[in-house]
Amino acid sequence: MRPAPILSAFRQALGEAWAGGAGALLPLGFFAGAAVLVPLGIGTDPQTLRAVGPGILWVALALSSLVTLERIFQADTEDGALDLWLQTGAPASAIAGAKTFAHWLAAGLPLALLSPLLALMFQAEASTDLLRNAALYALGGLAFYFWGGVGAALSATVRRGGLLISLIALPLYVPTAIFGALSMTHGPGSESAPLFLAASTLFALAVAPFAMAAALRLAAD
Amino acid sequence: MRRGVTEPLLSANGLGMIRGERVLFTGVGLSVAPGESLVLRGSNGAGKTTLLRILAGLTRPEAGEVTRNGLHHWFAHREGLKPHETPRTHLGLWAKAWGSDSDLDSVLVQMGLKRPADVPARYLSAGQRRRTALGRLLLEKRPIWMLDEPYTALDAEGRDLVLELIEDHLKSGGGMIAAIHGESGFVPTNEVVL
Repeated sequence: MRPAPILSAFRQALGEAWAGGAGALLPLGFFAGAAVLVPLGIGTDPQTLRAVGPGILWVALALSSLVTLERIFQADTEDGALDLWLQTGAPASAIAGAKTFAHWLAAGLPLALLSPLLALMFQAEASTDLLRNAALYALGGLAFYFWGGVGAALSATVRRGGLLISLIALPLYVPTAIFGALSMTHGPGSESAPLFLAASTLFALAVAPFAMAAALRLAAD
Repeated sequence: MRRGVTEPLLSANGLGMIRGERVLFTGVGLSVAPGESLVLRGSNGAGKTTLLRILAGLTRPEAGEVTRNGLHHWFAHREGLKPHETPRTHLGLWAKAWGSDSDLDSVLVQMGLKRPADVPARYLSAGQRRRTALGRLLLEKRPIWMLDEPYTALDAEGRDLVLELIEDHLKSGGGMIAAIHGESGFVPTNEVVL
């Protein structure tokens, strides 16, 4: 197996995410916008905001991840680049995984990095470890992007497949959302929740690339 | 069908394909030996592109099998160019992906892309985009070339250039399969009519 095509796919996807005018900023704006709107909707009671804050951020993170996923495979399918990637001799699963990982790095990781700032808007307690939470958001976001990538690959040949991606990916987001939100509470099971969150991300990393590869082969067929 | 004495670079037999409820072709057999060229002929919608995609391993045939001995280059209608890519970045990307160390500048000059080398593809003409994609054939030596309508959108000079590339490739022991609709400009070793 030659690693060169996989590295190239990674670099190309990373460049792609920023090409054509800061496309990676779009989920960031969506994430911040959604988080800012919630306090306006439910009022400014600090107790309430503190209780719902982490959960709202998980939901906002899940939805923001869907904003740009449509682009990762659709353009390749339309302009013929997918045919070239499938003929590099490298496993299609590795190519798809590399592209999705690059996409998470460009569009998903910034969301996690912004989360401490948004947490402050939700009246996070001074004792809250915001950096730990940011790391958990990053970890969960990785799972979101990989499941979303499966949806993106399945709908690569569908015009305006964004909605389809959501329908395919959202059910797969459930375990990550549950354990992610649980890991930020003090309720029962919250100590082991980060481990379950990590497990759900590892599962996504292990399974999603093969599902993407199968879907992309079908799209090229 | 004539067969060379040497081991074929690519051979296929009993290929059959169905699209929708229509049988595109059945029982297609072919082989390409070093130095040989094969031209696929047929009217629009006869399945030339589909056959080429089957030979490249992109589409699974309904029946039959394909054996390829060695890597191949793929050049089709959709060039695989992104709107923001320039000829230089596109060829650079694939040179890296294939681990080839060929000189990009000389490829750009050879393809007549010296002037628009740094122009994003959305500003390139159709012919320039085709030339960029054809430049990939020169990045790495591969025994089999698969070309789908290689002359589309090219001017007379570009056509001559492609002919020259094909001749050089065949002379150096390569094999080629091309779907060509009109005049091919050369005498192919074999033809498959769909």
